[in-house]
Amino acid sequence: MSSIEERVKKIVAEQLGVKEEDVKPEASFVEDLGADSLDTVELVMALEEEFETEIPDEEAEKITTVQLAIDYIKENLG
Amino acid sequence: MTLNTSLKDRVALVTGASRGIGAAIADMLGEQGATVIGTATSEGGAAKIAQRFAEKGIAGSGLVLDVTSADSVAALLEKVKADFGAPTILVNNAGITKDNLLMRMKDDEWASVLETNLTAVYRVTKACLRDMTKARWGRIINISSVVGSMGNAGQANYAATKAGVAGFGRSLAAEVGSRGITVNTVAPGFIDTDMTKVLPEAQREVLMSKIPLGRLGAPEEIASVVAFLASEAGGYVTGETIHVNGGMYMA
Repeated sequence: MSSIEERVKKIVAEQLGVKEEDVKPEASFVEDLGADSLDTVELVMALEEEFETEIPDEEAEKITTVQLAIDYIKENLG
Repeated sequence: MTLNTSLKDRVALVTGASRGIGAAIADMLGEQGATVIGTATSEGGAAKIAQRFAEKGIAGSGLVLDVTSADSVAALLEKVKADFGAPTILVNNAGITKDNLLMRMKDDEWASVLETNLTAVYRVTKACLRDMTKARWGRIINISSVVGSMGNAGQANYAATKAGVAGFGRSLAAEVGSRGITVNTVAPGFIDTDMTKVLPEAQREVLMSKIPLGRLGAPEEIASVVAFLASEAGGYVTGETIHVNGGMYMA
């Protein structure tokens, strides 16, 4: 079983079409990884599916970097 | 290159498919190879759709849907996805009229037409969109009316919703174009259906005199435009309103 970090990074790479090595914890989806607003919505949907959870819209808006996504999953599912 | 209007391996959802334009659309999409789920508000209507599909050898099903109920929409999509797969062609056709002069219009006549003709388009489209973005392919076709562009006395509620779906479509087309999803509006004119049969004879004659082609349209003539937009052949058309009205209104 991969760690939460690895699973999040894999999904980010897949959804945004970037290399996994570029998916650094501090990377911002929009500024560093080239995501547009629709990409970020889809990314949250993909995270919801991978971790079988529902992320409320007001929480989803705060998830702007790889680390914030990892933190959210850990806090809410850990 | 041949005209590719095949809908093979596609799953299509058509609301309001028990009669009129919706029935013609559902049948034509099915005849082009799609698996079609046609919805009706009653069990009887759904059974009629299923029977028609069976007679014509169309894959799919007739199911009950109340487009004004979020629960009904969710339940329908769950069933469709389990039985046939997620629809990537959506035709929002279900609609009602409650005509009245505005000074006499009841709040309920306004609200119910908005709910069924406009809010339901938002509701059903949103429910289907997630799977279309995942598939990176989708076709959303909203059935509007010439009245949405032209206006018609006694139909302020109906016309507002029909103009509304066109604006909805243009905005959504801009949002999801990058995901290979097209969103278009088809605006029928005066089509020979139950909805137009109730018009008074005098009004029919006036309308007829304004149609250069000199006749009512057939439901199949709307369906063929929808089928084109749903196919690969229509893949570069998005955010548009296509008028199909025999020249009654030229925009």
